[in-house]
Amino acid sequence: MKLSENWLREWVNPQATINEISDRLVMGGLELEIEPVLETLPQGVVVGRIVKAERHPQADRLQVCEVDVGQPQKLQIVCGAANARAGMNAPCAVVGAKLPDGMEIKQAALRGVDSFGMLCSAKELGLAEKSEGLLELDHDAKPGTPIEQYLGLKDNVLNLEITPNRGDCLSVLGLARELSALYAIPMKRPSFPQAVVVGHSQVKVEIEDLQACPHYTGRVITKLNPKAITPDWMRERLRRAGLRSIHPVVDITNYVMLELGQPMHAFDSGKISGQVRVRRARAGEKLELLNGETLEFNHGELIIADDHGPLALAGVMGGQESGVQVRTTGIFLESACFAPTAVAATARRHKLASDSCYRFERGVDPGLQRSALERATQLILQICGGEVHPVITAGRPPAEPVTVRLRQTRLNQLLGHEIAEKDVEQLLSRLGITTRHELGGAWIARVPSYRYDLRIEPDLIEEVARLYGYDRIPAKPYAARLAPGRPSEAARSLSRVQDVLVSRGWQQIVSLSFVEPGLQGQLNPDARGIPLDNPIADTLSVMRTTLWAGLIPAWLYNRQRQQNRLRLFEQGVAFADVDGQIVETSRLAGLAVGAALPEQWSSAARPTDFYDLKADVVALLGSTAGEYRFEKAEHPALHPGQSARILRGERPAGWIGALHPKLVRTLDLPEAPLLFELDWEVIRDTRVPVSQPLSEFPSSRRDLALVVPETVSADALIACAKASGENLLQKVFIFDIYRGDNLPTACKSVALGLIFNDYSRTLTLEEIDASVARITSQLTRELGAVIRQ
Amino acid sequence: MSEQLDQLLNEAKSAIDAASDARALEQLRVDYLGKKGRVTELLKQLGGMAPEERKSFGERVNRVKEAVVSAMDARGATLEQAELARQLAADSIDVTLPGRGVAPGGLHPIARTIQRIEQLFNELGFETVEGPEIEDDFHNFGALNIPELHPARSMQDTFYLRGGQRVLRTHTSPVQIRTMKAVVESGRRPPIRIICPGRVYRSDSDRTHSPMFHQVEGLYVAENVTFSDLKYDLETFLSRFFERDVKALFRPSYFPFVEPGADVHIRWADPGKGERWLEVLGCGMVHPKVFEAVGLDPERYTGFAFGMGVERFAMLRYGVDDLRQFFNNDLRFLEQFA
Repeated sequence: MKLSENWLREWVNPQATINEISDRLVMGGLELEIEPVLETLPQGVVVGRIVKAERHPQADRLQVCEVDVGQPQKLQIVCGAANARAGMNAPCAVVGAKLPDGMEIKQAALRGVDSFGMLCSAKELGLAEKSEGLLELDHDAKPGTPIEQYLGLKDNVLNLEITPNRGDCLSVLGLARELSALYAIPMKRPSFPQAVVVGHSQVKVEIEDLQACPHYTGRVITKLNPKAITPDWMRERLRRAGLRSIHPVVDITNYVMLELGQPMHAFDSGKISGQVRVRRARAGEKLELLNGETLEFNHGELIIADDHGPLALAGVMGGQESGVQVRTTGIFLESACFAPTAVAATARRHKLASDSCYRFERGVDPGLQRSALERATQLILQICGGEVHPVITAGRPPAEPVTVRLRQTRLNQLLGHEIAEKDVEQLLSRLGITTRHELGGAWIARVPSYRYDLRIEPDLIEEVARLYGYDRIPAKPYAARLAPGRPSEAARSLSRVQDVLVSRGWQQIVSLSFVEPGLQGQLNPDARGIPLDNPIADTLSVMRTTLWAGLIPAWLYNRQRQQNRLRLFEQGVAFADVDGQIVETSRLAGLAVGAALPEQWSSAARPTDFYDLKADVVALLGSTAGEYRFEKAEHPALHPGQSARILRGERPAGWIGALHPKLVRTLDLPEAPLLFELDWEVIRDTRVPVSQPLSEFPSSRRDLALVVPETVSADALIACAKASGENLLQKVFIFDIYRGDNLPTACKSVALGLIFNDYSRTLTLEEIDASVARITSQLTRELGAVIRQ
Repeated sequence: MSEQLDQLLNEAKSAIDAASDARALEQLRVDYLGKKGRVTELLKQLGGMAPEERKSFGERVNRVKEAVVSAMDARGATLEQAELARQLAADSIDVTLPGRGVAPGGLHPIARTIQRIEQLFNELGFETVEGPEIEDDFHNFGALNIPELHPARSMQDTFYLRGGQRVLRTHTSPVQIRTMKAVVESGRRPPIRIICPGRVYRSDSDRTHSPMFHQVEGLYVAENVTFSDLKYDLETFLSRFFERDVKALFRPSYFPFVEPGADVHIRWADPGKGERWLEVLGCGMVHPKVFEAVGLDPERYTGFAFGMGVERFAMLRYGVDDLRQFFNNDLRFLEQFA
């Protein structure tokens, strides 16, 4: 909301600069910015009256005007504005004047006629972005009055952003109340005399839903002067509030809304037939709104209707048909209180916004309708003339103010600071809250009707604290009460695990949780993604089911920036629909592409392969890596010959592999990256170590060179050796793999290292040889292994 | 005889000095001092001499022998040193060449900032808790005293899922609700002192808004928790985070789930610009309706809550001026935070 400083100061006038006032309001909880009405004021521009206007002898579009600028000598000014005419008042820049844009006015000859000044448009005065013709000033403007004085241009605009609880501040009255409380100074109290009722026109008003509309007032005013225009002072105040002047009656309702905070509406009384009803819309009813949009109602919207049907959307916007027109001479003026939720529901459903609904959603003072109606009546009589008819009322304003109990002990306890009893009372009274003492150190506070937001004790505590000053409540060290849990030692912290990756050269990324559905569908066709109802873009329209959907675009982004070797990882949640349930799993995923090592002087360059990635993944698994197995398995996104499901016991822990060549083609990727994705919940826990006794006896090593079919996996060899080596075999490992022409087809030679050891004695050669023999024969029997000669 | 000895010694000394390596020196040792060495031969002559003569001759020969030994030792040491120097020279490498293998990567600046915020609060006894990112209306709004048609809802542009049945959480505050409910439902009681970092979402995207960003929520509930306690913890945090005395300004503000509410501003100067107040977080005393929603007695317990935008803290801390850089994942940007 924007408001003029000068207007505000008419209501309350702290002896402080506008910046000081702004700071005070900010510290009171409002957010605002101050903008001057004009950065530079015009100099030498005065009210001028065109006394005579004649066509320029040499130019059709120019007029030679004689202008009265309050001096005995009239000025001859050549003017090109179409609306220049005798009898009109307009701003006149005399010779030597300086306009806000820096233009200086000099005596000039236009097509052979001397011109001693310039008549100005709104744009030339810096009052509008664009404008047509001269700025027409009121008839009673006194020629010669400096324009900055006449229009009150030495003014600032307060641009306020209020929090939703402070709807009471959305007016001059409300802001004045707030300043009066903050500065503890008096303000002008609104009191508007009841207009003298002449006519007796009545419109019957009925409220069907008193919850949605507790109070409705209205009145008919007839015999308005159709030629009335909005006076300059009002037009300027509206303009500074960001409102366009439309029609004197509409301008007046807007003016009263800005001044008092009561949104109003004027109907053309000639368009109302029969009775006015505040009711819920019936399904299928239609209304063309002032903004030209036609709505169909299907949800019981709160409307104002007459016997024929809807006239206006209550509290949101009037109807086109029943609105005030240029020739309107009779109006029905509405000043009503609608419940915030009733207005918000309609506005939200139909995506409508207006100054009126902005205020009603935040709460309009339910005690304000009658005085606002009188204020508007007064202004209408003043500007448009007319005949006033009686006030019509339905419902009623709240009879009793809301009371809230406030305990001194609670106040001090919640703030952690003592505020003296009389200070509390005094601070509250500044806000118009009267207090009555109760036994036991409590007050009964009577909350004024405009403070919708004050309903419970902490609301009042905040009011006291805020006027007292948050900065005066000291920050004191205190002993926090804790209930520490028992953190699991086996559970690794995410940061520790991420550090493993970081130390191995991986860079963490953070990508958006919503991704492009096409890419994701190809990467993870079996998972059901959860689409957003209202995505910001089609490319960000479904929740990711795999972190690869973010890693691949991040790779391509960097690849376009000449980064060819990448190790990217991300930690975050993947979302999937599993049998209708939303399942969130925390994942750790990575993408590796490019050379195995950064290009360097002493290591031969070779591309990253599965085993490079596997080493990093195993490092991530930590001390319990032995509990995992990498099982050859197929994943739609991975190369079937280079992918593995990672299992911890029987629990799936994730996937590792190279991107499927088919996807490399369909996604038009430059190469196949290696990928892994792990379920964080599965891999998080390791174990609390249990110390084992150390053997005092020497270990012995035997090596076996075995020829086995290609299909025999390393895991199978090791498992078989372990099973047949019994307790003496402490460790088995593969230290070489050889493939060559001198081997049978589809076979490889595998070198196994066997370490034998016992905790209680030195093993004899015979024992070890016997064990090796058992292992060998078992490998031969189970896996077809042949000792290589 | 004496001349003969002097000559021998001189010969030996020049031969020793001329020895070019350990082997030549060893040969000289054999030639002079070995069993058949020239000095040894002289000593053998002692047996045939008169006692008088034997004594004086013996002394002289022994002096020659000592002189030869010491000349050999000296030469030996010199040769050894030369040999070592040669070996060292041969072994020398260019130590300025880079080491082999990979250089470490790095954490994302947001993760790094969250880690720091978490750590600072963990040290103050706040335990880290997490919650789901897809929420229901109750946890994201209702329980936080944001009823359906409340204007506060339009303060947050919400992403909906499942035909409006679910939302992407618009703040980390639902974790407050989940934690308090869990405490109540498990029969435990406050104190509750938690910190909840995580991703949050709002359907807003421009230079200063990302549809996804990060928050850290804090909550402390116990008997007699005060606004003064809140100020203390936040002022302490801010000064620790920025490693200097931070002047914090608590200004009245409004969040439906706290009362009184405040936002916190710090005095901040961007490079080359003047100081200004900059909003960095929102906070307040837990609203009684929130306690009621989770089944805690608002008469017995009080609490404070706060929430901060991680991106804002990361931008201030590291001098990042464009929010969008955090989510472009440009390595050239990310590597600066390794």
